Amino acid sequence: MELICPAGTPASFRDAVEAGADAVYCGFRDETNARNFPGLNFNAQELTEAATHARANGVSTLVAINTYMRAGAEELWYRAVDNAATAGADAIIVADLGLLAYAAERHPALRRHLSVQAAAANVEHINFLVDAFGIKRVVLPRVLTVAEVGAICRKARCETEVFVFGGLCVMEEGRCSLSSYATGKSPNMDGVCSPASHVRYRQDGSDMVSELGDFTINRFPKDEPTGYPTLCKGRFVAGGTAGYVFEDPASLDVLTHLEALARFGVSALKIEGRQRGRAYIAQVVREIRNRLDGLAAGEQREDGATLRKLSEGQRTTQGSYDKRWR
Amino acid sequence: MDLPRFVRLLLRPMPVAAIQLVAQASLDRVVARHPQLFDRLREYENRRFAIVATDLGLCFIVVPRSRRVSVQRGTSVPKADVRIAGSLLTLLSLAEGRLDGDAEFFARGLSIEGDMEAALALRNAMEDCRLDLPTDLGSAAGPLSRPVERGLSGIRSYLLSHGGDRWN
Repeated sequence: MELICPAGTPASFRDAVEAGADAVYCGFRDETNARNFPGLNFNAQELTEAATHARANGVSTLVAINTYMRAGAEELWYRAVDNAATAGADAIIVADLGLLAYAAERHPALRRHLSVQAAAANVEHINFLVDAFGIKRVVLPRVLTVAEVGAICRKARCETEVFVFGGLCVMEEGRCSLSSYATGKSPNMDGVCSPASHVRYRQDGSDMVSELGDFTINRFPKDEPTGYPTLCKGRFVAGGTAGYVFEDPASLDVLTHLEALARFGVSALKIEGRQRGRAYIAQVVREIRNRLDGLAAGEQREDGATLRKLSEGQRTTQGSYDKRWR
Repeated sequence: MDLPRFVRLLLRPMPVAAIQLVAQASLDRVVARHPQLFDRLREYENRRFAIVATDLGLCFIVVPRSRRVSVQRGTSVPKADVRIAGSLLTLLSLAEGRLDGDAEFFARGLSIEGDMEAALALRNAMEDCRLDLPTDLGSAAGPLSRPVERGLSGIRSYLLSHGGDRWN
């Protein structure tokens, strides 16, 4: 199984390559990708240099162009696809069907991967896109159980890629409007969930309060680990009880399922976190590479503590992979 | 994550003017060796960043566009667009990309207030510079750059070993 690692800057791209990535995914400095944060991402020249460096080290470069095209501004997304092809990317990761059609027509030799943002969660959906747009790989949404991943792998006529570690969404990928509701901007159209422009942290005595737009998201007592200021992970009062209404602040960690994923024939394992620092990328990639090497050698190598320290709220979950709810 | 006690005791009585001299020289070297910093900072280069070393009770106020840093004692900063606070060791390690900012924030080792866009731009710009402070600062010592670099590197190794095993 390939290890697919995130990179938000050229420096972290190099770190990912050095740490043992098989492929590195990144995006341009605009709203064509779902991590459109200040100071993050690549221009065309940086992407060309990164792809060249990757190729020299036997590593693939995947470019996320995975937001939905805005009516009247499609040219920005078309240009991103063209620039990825020119830079020497090995594949683009796309969610918008119109953009998939454009890429298939203009750059037929450039591999097309279906983004998790497309939320293709059953084999009919996936195979339709294989037939219509020649997608070579689908990144499965984090709404599936391990058994469902296996069922898709058996029948999908393309490679499958699954997230194994990192930030976890509220399981409505590509369809979530919570950020848009609070701020007018969403990951789907603008490439930002809970944009920094609308986030505020303030100290209230010994508590740390996080706010998103007009909403108070959370209040963390002293020394309690914090999370991201997203509505889906807000602590609200409902029915007279304060708690996490949608989901707890925690990161995904399904590394205990590596053996099953390998048995199903999953092609690639993905690490979330293009917005994270070089230290996160280097440590997570090394840790998961070590687990994969252990798997190949028939050994159990586990160090959940390292990954928990890097996780949101310093906690991890298996999310829907280990689904215990209806 | 704090400095060793004797280091704190050594640094605390240092005059602010002397600290400012060192801070300004350090900023000058970093800016000279990493001009790409401003490409990622973009419009946020004119923001006023207050970097607070909580364990030393020192506040470094930086406006990147002016290439100036000023130092004051105390941890409250009345006029700043962004306030980033943590122990000196945490802040230096973040600057070098040895710690992940989000993870430190989750662990409450770092607090951020104010303009979050500017804070993110600064973090990402510094991450991409691959700062190596002994090399960057040692280069200012002319013919003595190699021994100065080795000395600074030794100090860093000692401080990091004191700080625990969480480093990249």
